Amino acid sequence: MPEPLIAVDDLVVEYPSKGVRRHAFRALKGVSVDIRPGETVGLVGESGSGKTTLGRAILGLAPVTGGSIKFKGREIGSLGRRERRALSSEIQVVFQDPYSSLNPSLTIEQTLTEPLMVRKMPKNDATARVRNLLDQVKLPRDALSRLPREFSGGQRQRIAIARALALSPEFIVCDEPVSALDLSTQARVLDLFKEIQETTGVAYLFISHDLAVVRNISHRVAVMYHGEIVEYGDGYQVTTHPTNPYTQELLLAAPVPDPIRQEQRRIERRAFLAARQSAHAMAS
Amino acid sequence: MSEAAVTGVLAPDVTSEIRAARSHLARRFLKNPLGIAALSVLVLIVLAAICAPLLTSYNPNGVSVLSILQGPGAGHLLGTDGAGRDVWSRLLFGGRYTLAGALLATVVAAVLGIAGGLVAGYYGKWFESAASWVTTLLMALPGIVVLLAARAVLGPSLWTVMIIFGVLLVPAFYRLVYAAVSGVRNELFVDAARVSGVSDLRIITRHILTVVRAPIILQASIVFGIAIAVQVGLDFLGFGDQSIPTWGNMLNDGFTNLYRDPQLVVWPGLAVVITGVALTLFANALRDELEQSARPRRRRAAVVMAAAARAAGPVRPENDTVVHEEASSSAPAPLLLHIEGLAVGYPQADGSVTRVVDNVSLDIRRGEVHGLVGESGSGKTQTAWSVLRLLPAGGEILEGSILLDGEDLSRVDSAKMREIRGGRIAYIPQEPMSNLDPSFTIGTQLTEPMRTKLGVSKTEAKARALKLLGQVGIPNPERTFASYPHELSGGMAQRVLIAGAVSCEPDLVIADEPTTALDVTIQAEILDLLRELQRELGVTILIVTHNFGVVADLCDRVSVMQKGRIVETGSTRSLFADPQHPYTRSLFDAILDESPARGSYAEVRS
Repeated sequence: MPEPLIAVDDLVVEYPSKGVRRHAFRALKGVSVDIRPGETVGLVGESGSGKTTLGRAILGLAPVTGGSIKFKGREIGSLGRRERRALSSEIQVVFQDPYSSLNPSLTIEQTLTEPLMVRKMPKNDATARVRNLLDQVKLPRDALSRLPREFSGGQRQRIAIARALALSPEFIVCDEPVSALDLSTQARVLDLFKEIQETTGVAYLFISHDLAVVRNISHRVAVMYHGEIVEYGDGYQVTTHPTNPYTQELLLAAPVPDPIRQEQRRIERRAFLAARQSAHAMAS
Repeated sequence: MSEAAVTGVLAPDVTSEIRAARSHLARRFLKNPLGIAALSVLVLIVLAAICAPLLTSYNPNGVSVLSILQGPGAGHLLGTDGAGRDVWSRLLFGGRYTLAGALLATVVAAVLGIAGGLVAGYYGKWFESAASWVTTLLMALPGIVVLLAARAVLGPSLWTVMIIFGVLLVPAFYRLVYAAVSGVRNELFVDAARVSGVSDLRIITRHILTVVRAPIILQASIVFGIAIAVQVGLDFLGFGDQSIPTWGNMLNDGFTNLYRDPQLVVWPGLAVVITGVALTLFANALRDELEQSARPRRRRAAVVMAAAARAAGPVRPENDTVVHEEASSSAPAPLLLHIEGLAVGYPQADGSVTRVVDNVSLDIRRGEVHGLVGESGSGKTQTAWSVLRLLPAGGEILEGSILLDGEDLSRVDSAKMREIRGGRIAYIPQEPMSNLDPSFTIGTQLTEPMRTKLGVSKTEAKARALKLLGQVGIPNPERTFASYPHELSGGMAQRVLIAGAVSCEPDLVIADEPTTALDVTIQAEILDLLRELQRELGVTILIVTHNFGVVADLCDRVSVMQKGRIVETGSTRSLFADPQHPYTRSLFDAILDESPARGSYAEVRS
């Protein structure tokens, strides 16, 4: 069993609220996850469950108030800005919104070379690297001199992936990277993620609200609810035969694209909800 | 239909259009005739002021008792003033002082305002509160009174007055930069840059300052104009430093000699007016170009659509929609909505019309739930909006008819249409929150349409609203009735909107992606609700969605749209069981629900 690349242990994140005598908002209430090299861990949950916060905490963009985040055995939960910057070649990100994650006034070349320039890479090497990246994400080379607005959502997401890959990181946080894309584009971008993982050995934390997407890409899946992980395990198990009631509800709520099986699932869901209600009634 | 193919379609004729739209702001500004004229006038004025010693041999302060109030000509190009000083030289040298003074005020305001705005906007915290407090105070101060007081205390120095005025103008820059920066600060590309290891200073200069650069230039030219006006005003009133030539001092002198030599006020007056007009026109031209650079996103979307339309080739006259025959044994319900040959287009700047919906025919029977499904840009929402006659600005129904019980909605006048909307046709939007007015209670927003559409009394409307809220599964109707939209969750807000949609007993409800913005558990509840309501009230629903799961769950019949056309239509069961059109098949292939799980980590490693 290889040693985990990322080990999150009992992590607490609290956002201070404005005004006196108000309690801080506790977005994560003691979350533990581990991700091994070359592995995809899917993180699924509904809005406000804290799944994005976990990704941002690993990236150093959310205030960690308790617990630890270890990267290759080294604590990174409370690094200063300077030390954090040094980590940028190892931990990267692809965001959900392909429209606001690229600066509209910079060309694709400027966007892609930025992380390389920060590392003081010579200009020629940087240009060669960027061309290589475009090939990797299957975009034409003439894309370099264009602006983000000339690309479709799927193409922009490929550019964002290329930027994340620029420094050859070992770990990428993917925050709902296919949620804003059309169905067919979504499938192709997911294939790209898998292909890159197989060739580079990068590990992903793949955040999504969609169980089907998470099942497609993840080796293991964690389910979040109200700032806690309620189920964590093998991807197939969690997304097809969940044991936690919340995961079960999540699975039954997603409509199947088949009228006959969906009717079946609707009946199962109704039975499940009725059983839960009667259990509640019994308890009270 | 891959993305690469789309790029290929764009390649020949569209890229040139895109390139033209993208050319740099400065270059485009220089192509604007108004801008170039205003800019040349400004450059001329500045050059004249700088080169003053080369353009006149007179000392602007050289008093000559012998040549008081001489007319133009005779050695003095524009004559002399009340103290025998050469007007032309005073105009040139006056330009130096006037412009330099205004520039000083602008620079002080810009430096302090931009720096303050950047720091407050990017870092926030205590500096933000302090800076906001100071700018509010500055804005509350009456500028002229402060300047007069400063003159009384510090003496009549042009520079001191202009520095103080510059400080008073700081809010103009601060507020602009602060608003822009705090907007950009939370953009994901700033987060991405931070994750890439880019330093704060570099993020500010590269990612943030580029966004606010152009509005700053615009603001500076406006502030510069204001500074000239205030300075000239003070000098004209005699509060300025009389020992230096300024346009204001010249106006002051001209005014005292108004009856003896009226032309003395003309020259400084002209100088001020021409400079002011040139600055305003410069700012206007810059703003026009800025707004254009904000526009290409939309223009490009249209270009892409136009390209897609061109790629689709000429419109085929015959309709090649795949139709699944009805297998139902009972007699079909009567038609409620019959759309025939509908085309929707957006006229472009070059006179052509981009068709986003083309030759669409659709039948919806009474009491059925019809799904209109497709990817973004397929025209499904445009079709739905055509039925409501609520197309976005510029959109028109070009051809075809939309018959609701035999009445052609594409022809009725807007007053009649207003009557139909909300009455016979109701609408459920995608974003529940943005479709409720935050300043009115739920109760008001629910009862108002019932009172105007159904003409019921206030008490009856309230009773009906409470009943409806209970019907859509809101646990405490009384409390929700009295609450404001921000007190509701997204799912509750959508229930309220559904209650509103069915409140006036419509024949047809158009639901535009009604569950897309909701969590999956809430989505399931809303789908249940729509199904129950449909069963109880027998209402007909046209539901626009991209989600095949939603179609499978709710719809009796479904139509698949691609590039503005319906490619396949039929009963949900037979279409899902046996999709015929290649596009429909490709969509079904892309559905992930059917795809196998990734497999376990150990398998991959071995």
